Amino acid sequence: MLRVEGLRSAYGRIEAIKGVGLEVRAGEIVALIGANGAGKTTLLRAISGVQPITAGTILFEGERIETLPPHARVARGIAQVPEGRQVFGPLTVEDNLLLGAFRRGAEHAAEGLDQVYALFPVLAEKRRLPAAGLSGGQQQMLAIGRALMSRPSLLLLDEPSMGLAPLLVDQILEVVAGLRARGLTVLLVEQNAAAALAIADRGYVLETGRVTHEGEARALLRDPRLREAYLGV
Amino acid sequence: MDQLLQFVFSGLTVGAVYALVALGFTLIYNASDVINFAQGEFVMLGGMVTVFAHAAGVPLPLAALLAIVVAVATGLAVHRFAIEPARGANAVTLIIITIGASILIRGLAQIMFDKQFHRFPAFSGEDPIAVLGASILPQSLWVLGGAAVIVAALWLFMERTLLGKAVRATAANRLAARLVGIDTTLVLALAFGVSGAIGALAGILVTPITLTSVTVGTLLALKGFAAAMLGGIGNPVGAVAGGLVLGLLEALAAGFLSSTYKDAVAFVVIIAVLFVLPQGLFGKRAVERV
Repeated sequence: MLRVEGLRSAYGRIEAIKGVGLEVRAGEIVALIGANGAGKTTLLRAISGVQPITAGTILFEGERIETLPPHARVARGIAQVPEGRQVFGPLTVEDNLLLGAFRRGAEHAAEGLDQVYALFPVLAEKRRLPAAGLSGGQQQMLAIGRALMSRPSLLLLDEPSMGLAPLLVDQILEVVAGLRARGLTVLLVEQNAAAALAIADRGYVLETGRVTHEGEARALLRDPRLREAYLGV
Repeated sequence: MDQLLQFVFSGLTVGAVYALVALGFTLIYNASDVINFAQGEFVMLGGMVTVFAHAAGVPLPLAALLAIVVAVATGLAVHRFAIEPARGANAVTLIIITIGASILIRGLAQIMFDKQFHRFPAFSGEDPIAVLGASILPQSLWVLGGAAVIVAALWLFMERTLLGKAVRATAANRLAARLVGIDTTLVLALAFGVSGAIGALAGILVTPITLTSVTVGTLLALKGFAAAMLGGIGNPVGAVAGGLVLGLLEALAAGFLSSTYKDAVAFVVIIAVLFVLPQGLFGKRAVERV
């Protein structure tokens, strides 16, 4: 479904990703793990088109998309839940969700709203409130709901557990695992490697802009080097 | 008392124009962090195009419509040929580009029109209406009413339409707006177009009272900017309030001090706001985004 090859991207002179290749197959949850500054967020942003790339190709459903603007990639079925949630603070919860369906038009949005509210009932309760007033966990739900409103086939999730209480982390990751059952493919970036690999099929480890390990999630969980470096055991 | 009321009427009239200019600033600023100093030229175009089309025999309403079309086209052209090619440049660079654009527009207008002051007839007569001992021109009511309608229409667009919400979303968080599929370039073009229309309408409404010439834009842009600063840059309610307050201050200063100092009021306001209240009357305190 998604194939990235030789991707490079830089902030000024500093190269954040240095020739990354990865593949996400339809129906998979793929975890991308690595330390702070490894280039995980840059990679997701490059796939969405909001981060310029200097080399490489991005194939989505067999077609090259690396030159398309971000809105065209959304229209093709790629949605990102950005790091730090990035909700539209002054707008209401419901407006945030409606804007998630911006490319599809308001007439298709009602059905999407029902589904998101079924997934996260607390958002339905707070639909008329400004998004800035939500708690961190609720904002994360809103960010995920907003991304789902575009009816994506590929969901890019950047650090959904960041800054959340452990109980909420489990709840959010449970939702992510449940999304796959609805036919969604997920590329999940996480610093919380153990939690991410627990729900993932496969994983990639990124270190200073390069993929250093890849494989089945279970195999990565057992890899002694990774256990030491990322799992804290 | 009668005298005070007279100053209030004239202050509110000119304040409504500042408010509209400030609204134009706000729209573009929210979509891009750019202060568009060509904003005053839209007001100039509104007045001048109407004057010359009317003088050429076009009925006034049609001449006004033509002026709006010209100003919108100018706004879109500024975006397309001056701002868009410099995409990615920092805000200061873009602001300087808008100053260049305003000089260009003024120069072209000087070639196409002339350097004289002009007016066209007021919409519904020139006889002042007596109100509580003071008098108000019918055209002042047109200015105030027109400004109120524009503000209300803009509010409805921003609050009730998906496209308007997309503009607000872009203002709130540009990265997230791009990620949900909003074409932020298009939003900025829209902001320039709408700002052009609002500026032109302000120019059309006020020209029978204040007269117009190709050079009115510069001072209007500065005063509109002062109004936007006073209200809190980026806040549409603040822009309207700032415009009205600035207009009142000017009229009171002209009435009770000396009309020589009228134009100084706007600059005193800018300095005072920067020293005392950098976030403006309605602005948020600057928040560090993480």
